[in-house]
Amino acid sequence: MPAPTLPSENPVVSVASPSGHAIEFDNVRIAFDEKVVLDGISFHLAHGETKAVFGVAGSGKSTMLKLAMGLMRPDSGRIFVLGEEVTRMSEQELFELRRRVGIVFQESALFDSLRVYENVGFRLTEEGTPADEIERRVREVLRFVELERTYNMFPSELSGGMRRRVAIARAIITEPEVILYDSPTGGLDPVTSNTIVELIMKQRDVYKTSALMVTHRLQDAFTMATHQFDKATNQMVALPKGQYCEVAMSFLILRDGKVIFDGDAHQLATSRDDYIREYIS
Amino acid sequence: MALELELISPIEVAKDLALAVQEYTLLSAQSVANFFRRPLYMGDMLQQADLIGVGSLPIVVLTGLSVGALLALNAASTLQRFGGITLIGQLVSIGMVTELGPLITGLMVAGRNASGMASELGSMIVTEQIDAMRALGTDPTKKLITPRIGATAFMLFFLTIIADLLGLIGGFAVAHLIFGLNSQQYWTSVWQILVFRDVFTGLIKPVLFGFIIATVGCYYGMSTRGGTQGVGRSTTQAVVAASVLILIVDFFVTKLIFAIFGYR
Repeated sequence: MPAPTLPSENPVVSVASPSGHAIEFDNVRIAFDEKVVLDGISFHLAHGETKAVFGVAGSGKSTMLKLAMGLMRPDSGRIFVLGEEVTRMSEQELFELRRRVGIVFQESALFDSLRVYENVGFRLTEEGTPADEIERRVREVLRFVELERTYNMFPSELSGGMRRRVAIARAIITEPEVILYDSPTGGLDPVTSNTIVELIMKQRDVYKTSALMVTHRLQDAFTMATHQFDKATNQMVALPKGQYCEVAMSFLILRDGKVIFDGDAHQLATSRDDYIREYIS
Repeated sequence: MALELELISPIEVAKDLALAVQEYTLLSAQSVANFFRRPLYMGDMLQQADLIGVGSLPIVVLTGLSVGALLALNAASTLQRFGGITLIGQLVSIGMVTELGPLITGLMVAGRNASGMASELGSMIVTEQIDAMRALGTDPTKKLITPRIGATAFMLFFLTIIADLLGLIGGFAVAHLIFGLNSQQYWTSVWQILVFRDVFTGLIKPVLFGFIIATVGCYYGMSTRGGTQGVGRSTTQAVVAASVLILIVDFFVTKLIFAIFGYR
């Protein structure tokens, strides 16, 4: 199904960070009570790249996203987002940075007392954008996720897949430089999952948005690594086998709180590590 | 199967309590400081004022009337024995304005709204809506807690005045209909006995109680852990803690005002 377009299809211009990366984790460690969840992990996300993060349940994938957003503080280590060291920023300073970063939560986390348009336009309302401008942009972005008809509905009236798409609309309405997706296709049927993968792919290929995508679904990440969004036909197209490395897509696997793999699709497919081979088989 | 009991160290309990007090104090201080920082969510404050104030009106009207009437009824039997039935207005007036009006209104609103705030914010915590709000660049203490504190303190002040007035009317109904006291006798004694200190005491307390209700309700809501069961736990704890704190603060405020203005 071809994805509709957003009117302003200008790639997001990212400000270069001192490290030159959109996100950088440097020896980050966090433990809850006695359990060490992330044990000195280091990796980076390049500008315009989408990195799929895998790991078994409880391996700290969602924690990683919350750390990147500054919603949690690590016990040690440093985290840079768009050149800013989030681990040294106050909550007030983080509010400013978060305006440049979008996040899609695992269970969508839509405000259940607000209607869809209020949810999607929440950030614009907070910024004091005029009401007619908010309505125009909310309608645009809802059209982008093919949910314009839900404009006046409450989240409780939507299906799981629709809620996820509304959450994506809320995350992208301000055209953030980085988007964090927490299991965007988790628990959804294959058709809806495909629509969401296509939306994420479009963000990557058309708007050049950097993204960290936590997922359990290997097939979604492989689809993203083997396909590209075609602006002309407005849908994703499969790449010839030799061109897989041309898409800005990489993989990161966590195990026992450590990064055991960080590389592209080809490196993942040819890995000799028994755990990784079992994981991707 | 042997029954296993887990013993909790008193030091751990004390540490947890100290931590809770610290977190509550920080949350309250930050929420009050937000009144002096932009943006001030006036729309949310008005919405909360409607929910808390107008929503609590029926229960406050009912309890105000009942307490006033009961106070008059119970006092009358003793006063009648000493031939002092004309003093009934004074007794109801002092009782309602300085103590029972603020206290009963505070406890009623605590039962209704501290639980409501704890469950609403608790549900938002467990469904990650609070995290989503922070992620969208909005401070939840500014958007959710400060308006609730402002609205509760403001509305409790007026609810207490209404409860006081209805308590006096309830007292009058009993004094007039059952004990045959005439209207002028009752209302003159009601009015004459009150001094500045009584009115001051009766109006300062609801502001403090409103602050307690909102901060305790919001604190328990924001510290909710453990899914829907946790929301239920927070709701109960919020009502209990707010009620106990109101009673404690009531005692000390009354004592302080006596110390400042002297005894009657």
